[in-house]
Amino acid sequence: MAELDSSTAQIGTFRYSLFEFWRYFRENPGAVAGLYFILLVLFCALFADVIAPWDPTLQNRDALLQPPVWQEGGSWDYIIGTDAVGRDLLSRIIYGARYSMFIGAMVVTLSMSAGVMLGLIAGYFRGRIETTIMRIMDVILAFPSLLLALGLVAILGPALINAMIAIAIVLLPHFVRLTRSSVMSEKNKEYVIASRLAGASHLRLMINTILPNCMAPLIVQGTLSFSNAILDAAALGFLGMGAQPPTPEWGAMLAEAREFILRAWWVVTFPGLAILLTVLSINLMGDGLRDALDPKMKRS
Amino acid sequence: MFRFLLSRLTMIVPTFIGVTIAAFSFIRLLPGDPILLMAGERGVTPERRAELEAVMGFDRPLWEQYLGFLGDLLQGNLGVSIVTKAPVLEEFLGRFPATLELSVIAIVFAVALGLPAGVIAAVRRGSIFDHTVMGISLTGYSMPIFWWGLLLIILFSGILGWTPVSGRISFLYYFEPVTGFMLIDSLLSGQPGAFQSAVMHLILPAVVLGTIPLAVIARQTRSAMLEVLSEDYVRTARAKGLSPARVIGVHALRNALITVVTVIGLQVGVLLAGAILTETIFAWPGIGKWMIDSIFRRDYPSVQGGLLMIASIVMLVNLIVDLTYGLINPSIRHER
Repeated sequence: MAELDSSTAQIGTFRYSLFEFWRYFRENPGAVAGLYFILLVLFCALFADVIAPWDPTLQNRDALLQPPVWQEGGSWDYIIGTDAVGRDLLSRIIYGARYSMFIGAMVVTLSMSAGVMLGLIAGYFRGRIETTIMRIMDVILAFPSLLLALGLVAILGPALINAMIAIAIVLLPHFVRLTRSSVMSEKNKEYVIASRLAGASHLRLMINTILPNCMAPLIVQGTLSFSNAILDAAALGFLGMGAQPPTPEWGAMLAEAREFILRAWWVVTFPGLAILLTVLSINLMGDGLRDALDPKMKRS
Repeated sequence: MFRFLLSRLTMIVPTFIGVTIAAFSFIRLLPGDPILLMAGERGVTPERRAELEAVMGFDRPLWEQYLGFLGDLLQGNLGVSIVTKAPVLEEFLGRFPATLELSVIAIVFAVALGLPAGVIAAVRRGSIFDHTVMGISLTGYSMPIFWWGLLLIILFSGILGWTPVSGRISFLYYFEPVTGFMLIDSLLSGQPGAFQSAVMHLILPAVVLGTIPLAVIARQTRSAMLEVLSEDYVRTARAKGLSPARVIGVHALRNALITVVTVIGLQVGVLLAGAILTETIFAWPGIGKWMIDSIFRRDYPSVQGGLLMIASIVMLVNLIVDLTYGLINPSIRHER
């Protein structure tokens, strides 16, 4: 009975904090707009097969570089035009959402789980192990992010999966540093000491006691990393070191479109716009999250 | 102060050693056989291979190779490019002024626009101007700059025909480089129109490269100013009856600048990463484009040397920023 009570109380506080979070989040119109746009991108990613009018790799030799519908020579078959081999741009952008969302989710999961673990260890145990971890992170940070990612892809070979691993490594230090500093400030608080005196093991202290109280900044960092991952992956794709043609990845699409920039503005404009709007929405949402999760971090 | 200097210097040494290890392992982890690449299409006989391996040092144990690498490094020897057969350091230094010139102009552009925008946004907090600046700055921060560059080319080179598409100066002009900085060299050459041509070539790449720093500087200036404006000494200054311009310009801005200068210093890494994309788009003959080309050509020694040099530059600038910060702000210096 006692157990039941405590669990219902927990659900109650969880619901309450979720409600409170939404109340704060809702106050920021930019963040809400960002959220809606991301939901739209997510919808495109999940149901690309259903909503895309064409197969993203289907080439139509009769409609090469066809302009958008509102321009002379455009048609409703290809609403925002076709690329140099007659593929429907809209369908490719809708399918591209799949790659960007997948890249963001994978990179953040990889980087965050590894980074939080290393940061926990560094902040909790301190000493030599901390120094070793932090120095390695300093080395990673000494390289400009894109350059390091490029170097790693050169080692691993140009492919989307390798680009994701490389970006995860590049983003790692931010998670490690953030977790470590939160852990260090939480570690000597009374609730942790109480828990330790009650006989909690190191693992339990680290994961069950301390970590939940470090989550707010980590969630915000996770959002920022999501947008960084999308940008960097697109940049690698653009440089030919990420997703390879004919993958409808937005960065790779831009790379293919480069030679037509002065002839067909639409092949360049729309994939880039998709990247910009997606990244902007995530950043807007990140700002809202930061304000809602931790008023103290609010950058006024 | 001496102790502070010493502690920062000792902190940077292990990081630098880490960077050398990273650069050293890089060349050995890359796919493909460097010996085959050097020998060219005709292939290589076993004797010749052994000879080349001895020259490159691949036949010695790893730790010995690493020590040799460090020794060469201390003598300023970064190896020889496989493709051009020229010393890597020479290749790097030959292209560095182009990137430096581009980066300096980009950061000047970013500060010239971002600093006043951030200050005014903070002073007129909540106004339409504030919202506009914050909106634009978040957009700039989210910008895929390779796309931004292409858009600007479409508009200014394609439609308006105002600026050239690539390179540092028109083919019409030729002069021997003196400083390596095209703006200065073109003036020195005395050829009419050369300077103008160099400026026109520089504008678009500098704007593209400066976009993200601009967004960051505007945002950080605003928040630093907001913080300072709520301080007691600003209220005192106001209460003394000083003019708003003096309160904002002297009492507030000077203190906010401490944070802002740090932010500007930390943009160096962003600039060097951005240079890779910007130089690729505008065919700008700097180190960013050189690195990309070297990676594609599998010119291992160049990639290794380039990585090392770029990381060293970033570390050096961060150290200078750190020391300046300690110089301006005594509370950091005495922190232990």
